[in-house]
Amino acid sequence: MSTNDPYDFSARERDILRIVVGHIIPASAAYGLPGADDGAILADILRSAWREGRKLHEAAAEIDAASGGTFATIPTGEQATVLQRFREQHPGLARACEVVTARCYYRDDRVMRSIGMEVRPPFPLGFAVEPSELDLLEPVRQRGKIYRDAN
Amino acid sequence: MVEVNEAVDVVIVGAGASAAAFAWSLAETGMRILCVEQGDWVKADSFPSVGRDWEERAATDFAISPNVRRRPEDYPVNDADSPIAVANFNGVGGGTMLYAAHFPRLHPSDFRVKTLDGVADDWPVDYATLEPFFALNDEKMGVSSLAGDPAYPPKPQVMPPIPMGRSGVTIGRAMNKLGWHWWPSDAAITTQTYAGRAPCINLGQCGSGCAQGAKASTDVTYWPEAMRERVEVRTHCRVSRVETDENNRATGVYYYDGDNIERFQPAEIVVMASNGVGTPRLLLNSASERFPNGLANSSGLVGKNLMLHPYAQVRGYFDEPMDGYRGPHICTWSMQFYETDPSRDFVRGYSYQFSRGHGPVTAAVNGMADGLIPWGEGHHEAFRSVFDHSAGMVSICEDLPEEINSVTLDPNLRDSNGIPAPKLTYRLSENTRRMLDHSVARGREILTAAGARHITSRSPLPYAGWHLMGTARMGTDPRRSVVNEWGRSHDVKNLFVIDGSVFVTSGGVNPTSTIQALALYFADQVKSRIYDLFD
Repeated sequence: MSTNDPYDFSARERDILRIVVGHIIPASAAYGLPGADDGAILADILRSAWREGRKLHEAAAEIDAASGGTFATIPTGEQATVLQRFREQHPGLARACEVVTARCYYRDDRVMRSIGMEVRPPFPLGFAVEPSELDLLEPVRQRGKIYRDAN
Repeated sequence: MVEVNEAVDVVIVGAGASAAAFAWSLAETGMRILCVEQGDWVKADSFPSVGRDWEERAATDFAISPNVRRRPEDYPVNDADSPIAVANFNGVGGGTMLYAAHFPRLHPSDFRVKTLDGVADDWPVDYATLEPFFALNDEKMGVSSLAGDPAYPPKPQVMPPIPMGRSGVTIGRAMNKLGWHWWPSDAAITTQTYAGRAPCINLGQCGSGCAQGAKASTDVTYWPEAMRERVEVRTHCRVSRVETDENNRATGVYYYDGDNIERFQPAEIVVMASNGVGTPRLLLNSASERFPNGLANSSGLVGKNLMLHPYAQVRGYFDEPMDGYRGPHICTWSMQFYETDPSRDFVRGYSYQFSRGHGPVTAAVNGMADGLIPWGEGHHEAFRSVFDHSAGMVSICEDLPEEINSVTLDPNLRDSNGIPAPKLTYRLSENTRRMLDHSVARGREILTAAGARHITSRSPLPYAGWHLMGTARMGTDPRRSVVNEWGRSHDVKNLFVIDGSVFVTSGGVNPTSTIQALALYFADQVKSRIYDLFD
């Protein structure tokens, strides 16, 4: 099933990974948000997962094997059980799935707006930070010197 | 066939924090100075913060680990035998490209560890000697700070400090409740227009390069000035070894250029500035018939006494919003537990650097790793309780020198030019473990006092081997040190080491300020001894 090219996921792997990322971050009606299995987000995940590509191939293979090759077709509840066992048995692979999912999910325009971010990179506008309250340092000043003389 | 270049007076290997300060200072002599650097200049518009994928790029092509980053100019490091992995950057600016620019100095007591606390060794220089060089370096780098910190002897303020923000204020109030020291950090970040650099706009991405140019990486501070004084910085030059002659003098360095052509660069003076792992690697790779155990290694201490500053991280999650990903990541510090206290079960001490939060990706990934954010149904609500709602700290623990902690040459691993790669062997001492535990316990007290509803900790941080020190230590006794009290090799009279390798002890603060003050001091010594430099 798997291939040596980390960019190249088979149709079956794509199906499995779509289900996995959808289990990690499902859609939310309460927040009006897509899940990570949304078409645009999934495409971003598969496109930008090259550094984790081999681990994703491996993860898909382990998950499919754990369900006897039927992962994509078993009921959602059974998928969740398989994934829970996968997380326990393969924490490194599960972590790779989390990382690629979060990277692409939280840069989606809809998601950024929903969590209160402006849809832009940090540069060139930057951000505002509340100023210092230097009066708070008065007790520190009053306690005086705490370093040791050593000369 | 090796190509031989035109000779120079001084060749400096590496273009990071120490090299830039040293070259700038020495430039006034009119000597022909060449810096050879295996990486390149990094353009400001290539930093992660210019794109929407900033968090991904900060963890990949701008990752702090060379083993993750794997750029062509990176060399691999075998750190399998160390609980802490090396962090570095290979390019003009070196580690300053990705450092947080948190800029504390070593304290006066750090230079008198043996005298005061009966451990390790005293340094052959002291704080008072370095003080003018600390001050000069603060000016050249553009350091923001607040004068009057009771944890230090008085020092001048170059410009106002970076903002505390909600995180700094929240933790500052907690420190006041506990009666413990805290203060706005010295930061090598401009808070106003300074020496052609724009002020900080709180990109929050100091750790992956500052597109604004407000952070003092040496590519925007010392190097432009040094180059105006006709210092040459030659990039894509990967040095393989230092050559010597029958008089036990260094004659120059061999390097591979960007076209993979091997060249020999003759020089009257060779200066190693490749950090506490890169420098011993090159000295050991320079073994020859005359120097069978590696260059400048008659003491056997090249590569020994590696110190890394083990970090513990403690983070709290609050009901109120904090600064999140906005602003320089580190805002304040504490030296409350810095000096030795006989009532504790360890000697020496540590500092805290108090930090803001993370971007959404890091918040989600860390939250899942810490069990705060589940997979599935509860993800969104849990994420919102974590994102923009955290603040915390890392403790930077003083790592005492032990010869078992070392950099050697890996027998199998090589870089892309076939040069043997470094191998780390490193253990946490019992003293360090106790210090880490103490810092986690006190950190939890601080965050509890600050009102955190949930607290997580990690100790030691496995990826935080930023501070590479001690592997070519300075001293007056050639049997117990590699270089003398002004950076010159005891064995090879025209070979200098000017980076963190020369540290005798590590202190419990970030070393860049002290590395650069030492480099300026060494350059000053070279200038004042120019007529009998090799005697």
